[in-house]
Amino acid sequence: MIAFIARRFGSGAFLLLIISTIAYFLMFFSATNVAMNILGEDATSEAILAKQRELGLDQPLLERYWAWLTNAITGDFGISWFTNEDIVKTILARLPITMTLVIGAILIAAVLATILGMTAAVKGGAIDRLVQFLAVAGFAVPNFVVAIFLVTLFAINWALLPATGWVPLQEDPTQWFLSLVLPTSALVLATVASAAQQIRSAIKAVLEKDWVRTLTSRGIPRREILFKHVLRSAAPAGLTVLSLQFVGMLGGAVIIESIFALPGLGSLAVESTSKGDTPVVMGVVVFTVVIVILVNLVVDLVNGWLNPKVRV
Amino acid sequence: MTTTPTAAATHGAPLVRLSLLQRIVRNPIGLTTSIFLLIVLAIAILAPVISAFDPAATDTDNLMVGPGGAHILGTDSAGRDILARLFFGAQTTLISAVVVVVTAVSIGVPSGLIAGYYGGKFDGVSSWMANMLMSLPSIIVLLAVRAAFGPSILISMFVFGILITPSFFRITRTAVMSVRNELYVDAARVSGLGDLRIISKHIFTVVRAPIIIQSAMISGIAISIQSGLEFLGLGDSAMISWGVMLNEGFRNIFINPMLVLWPGIVISLTIGSFALLGNALRDALEDTQKLSSKSKKVAAAAQAEVDHSAAPADAASHLLSVSKLSVGYPQGDGSLKKVVSDVSFHVDKGEVLGIVGESGSGKSQTAFSILGLLPGNAKIATGHIVFDGNELVSTGEGAISQKAMTQFRGKRIAYIPQEPMSNLDPAFTIGYQLVRPMTEVLGVSKKEAKVRALKLLDMVGINNPERVFKSYPHEVSGGMAQRVLIAGAVSCEPDLLIADEPTTALDVTVQAEVLDLLRDLQKRLGMGMVLVTHNFGVVADLADRVVVMQYGRVVETGDVREILRSPKEQYTQVLLSSMLEGKTPMTMLTGNAKEQ
Repeated sequence: MIAFIARRFGSGAFLLLIISTIAYFLMFFSATNVAMNILGEDATSEAILAKQRELGLDQPLLERYWAWLTNAITGDFGISWFTNEDIVKTILARLPITMTLVIGAILIAAVLATILGMTAAVKGGAIDRLVQFLAVAGFAVPNFVVAIFLVTLFAINWALLPATGWVPLQEDPTQWFLSLVLPTSALVLATVASAAQQIRSAIKAVLEKDWVRTLTSRGIPRREILFKHVLRSAAPAGLTVLSLQFVGMLGGAVIIESIFALPGLGSLAVESTSKGDTPVVMGVVVFTVVIVILVNLVVDLVNGWLNPKVRV
Repeated sequence: MTTTPTAAATHGAPLVRLSLLQRIVRNPIGLTTSIFLLIVLAIAILAPVISAFDPAATDTDNLMVGPGGAHILGTDSAGRDILARLFFGAQTTLISAVVVVVTAVSIGVPSGLIAGYYGGKFDGVSSWMANMLMSLPSIIVLLAVRAAFGPSILISMFVFGILITPSFFRITRTAVMSVRNELYVDAARVSGLGDLRIISKHIFTVVRAPIIIQSAMISGIAISIQSGLEFLGLGDSAMISWGVMLNEGFRNIFINPMLVLWPGIVISLTIGSFALLGNALRDALEDTQKLSSKSKKVAAAAQAEVDHSAAPADAASHLLSVSKLSVGYPQGDGSLKKVVSDVSFHVDKGEVLGIVGESGSGKSQTAFSILGLLPGNAKIATGHIVFDGNELVSTGEGAISQKAMTQFRGKRIAYIPQEPMSNLDPAFTIGYQLVRPMTEVLGVSKKEAKVRALKLLDMVGINNPERVFKSYPHEVSGGMAQRVLIAGAVSCEPDLLIADEPTTALDVTVQAEVLDLLRDLQKRLGMGMVLVTHNFGVVADLADRVVVMQYGRVVETGDVREILRSPKEQYTQVLLSSMLEGKTPMTMLTGNAKEQ
């Protein structure tokens, strides 16, 4: 087990190194007009040269990469080109908001998708067709369209919920909760149907196993077979589906946070991209990849633990 | 070599393509979505011709005009014509989809072909890269690309095409691996065709269909991503696109919510059409005959005329009485495909009835009917199954009454399956799977059930009951697993045991031991038993009476010694002689055929 974890950590670290290297060279290779962007069109050429030197842009790319990498390993991602704030601090301040949003959404989506997928697989008929239809609808309507729709309805027409903004939990728990309702719903609505459809397939595959028939013949109640045995066997496939949905939601959060003006990681990424604040974008990329790798690691571990052949 | 399957496959290709198109057109969803997408395509191409306004021309006198009038759908916040912008936006949308699909196909398909066909190192490395790409959140990567290369939607879509490459890589690789060792590919190889020609000629025909389906799906995803980027304001502001329109509309949503409506609708309809077209293509290719509402009515009618005349008067005097049982599966055309027809037999207390027949003779379906474990779509068309005076067939539903069954299953009717390994839940210990039915059916405590389970394991000839009790199914051998299943079946001392080919999946040496065990248990517990087998030897060994089945019908029935001595029907003679020659019947595909 420990060897398994160590191997997964190793391959995760390797993956992170490769992605951050590619990302670094892609993004900093063409960083030519940075100084002018920061200082504005009217800046003198001396000022621009001075700024470039200050940012280290006059150094060769390879040397800059090496410096970035060695600093990044010690947890130092540098400072923003525009605000001079420490990038790790900025990201850590915004990370909880994104995590609250995405983890809340994935938990709700997991419960709903399991209930829907289970019902569709077991009952078939109308519910099955409904899930199939919803899956196509969920695929067809992108999450930002869902979000716009929700805002129009609940915030503008009925004025039930705040359209945008974020209230910290410590300040006002009710407002905090209300400010999360619409963005979380948008993420859930966009993913739950396709997750339900995939969980339905996983459960259907398990229902066809011989041992389901044998357990039935032994007099075990149907409910127990479904919720104890079938769900258990479908869990690894379901978790894999949900981990992919989680990665999708991290991307979805970028758009959703911008729509609802939530000061999370996603809106930071969009703002920095628009401005051309490359070091911050780089930091967001690395943090996101770390989150994805950790999630995949956890899913692998849970799946390993669920499978008695691997567990021993 | 003129009639090799390779030749057939080559000639078959254009035929398949033609009928695929036909099938798509016949499918209402396929037809609707195809027409819709063709209209979008036509609008994109003809946008400059059919637009009454210049999509970029601002008109400060007509800001946010409502629908109707000269501007059919009104104008946006800069006074630009919405309809014209929708028309021109279709260009951006379709170009994005094309760039993504072309990029992903041209990288994913060749690499998938090579990885699947040759395997080895290339397969390992490319699969690892595919996994890596799959685990990246696309939007974040696209933001990084935008930061690096500026607001070019073409570059973004090219990069997204690379990110989505694994989806094509995987389906191609899987498809190629599944046909790589097919006979006709071997034949082509033997006849001297080079790898390149085999791949391009034979293997590409196999992966073509899944690639087309996937392309439709990916087009939808591409449009979603592209609109999302534009909506975030990260696209090319010089281009007209639905995403940009959404962005502008959203900024004015408090003033005029209609501005987001139109682009929102066309985006969703276009993506949805691609998704539904992909589904329709899949259905057409898999040729899934879904029950139309018409055929359902026919099936219902077929059921209505079903004959459920009363069970024979003597039914209650037997432990189990099956009379005039017919089982069938509804077909796409509304008919019922019968697998069991008009089968009658009975079993008395303590009696062993053998049901003999080849695979496909309906013997297992008959056994599952008695247990009420037929697949969900199976229908009991006619007949009765009476167990100890209780009717099990629910006439109205055309199925076994699950309610009636729950009081008997495990407790009075038990089941021994054919494949030992696949009939134990791999996630639970053997002990748990023995104990739980006893606590449920007999109502004994867990502790007592464990004592009984260990005794049972000992009784079925397992040397180390404690160890097996704690083991997971994968930790024991097939023979041992079958003993465990027998122990489970007799754990609640049933009156009737249904054994479906109980020895077929076992080694020859183990077969004899398991048969001895079954005979011993049956005698000791005085159980009635239905023994389903293709093997007359097993019948001769255990059964008192025998039913011979073929094509779902009873061919012959009678005392086992009589039938062995003087079989009346020719089919019985064939079955018998094949046993005497030490062969299994020619149509047998499983079990002993492997071992002889």
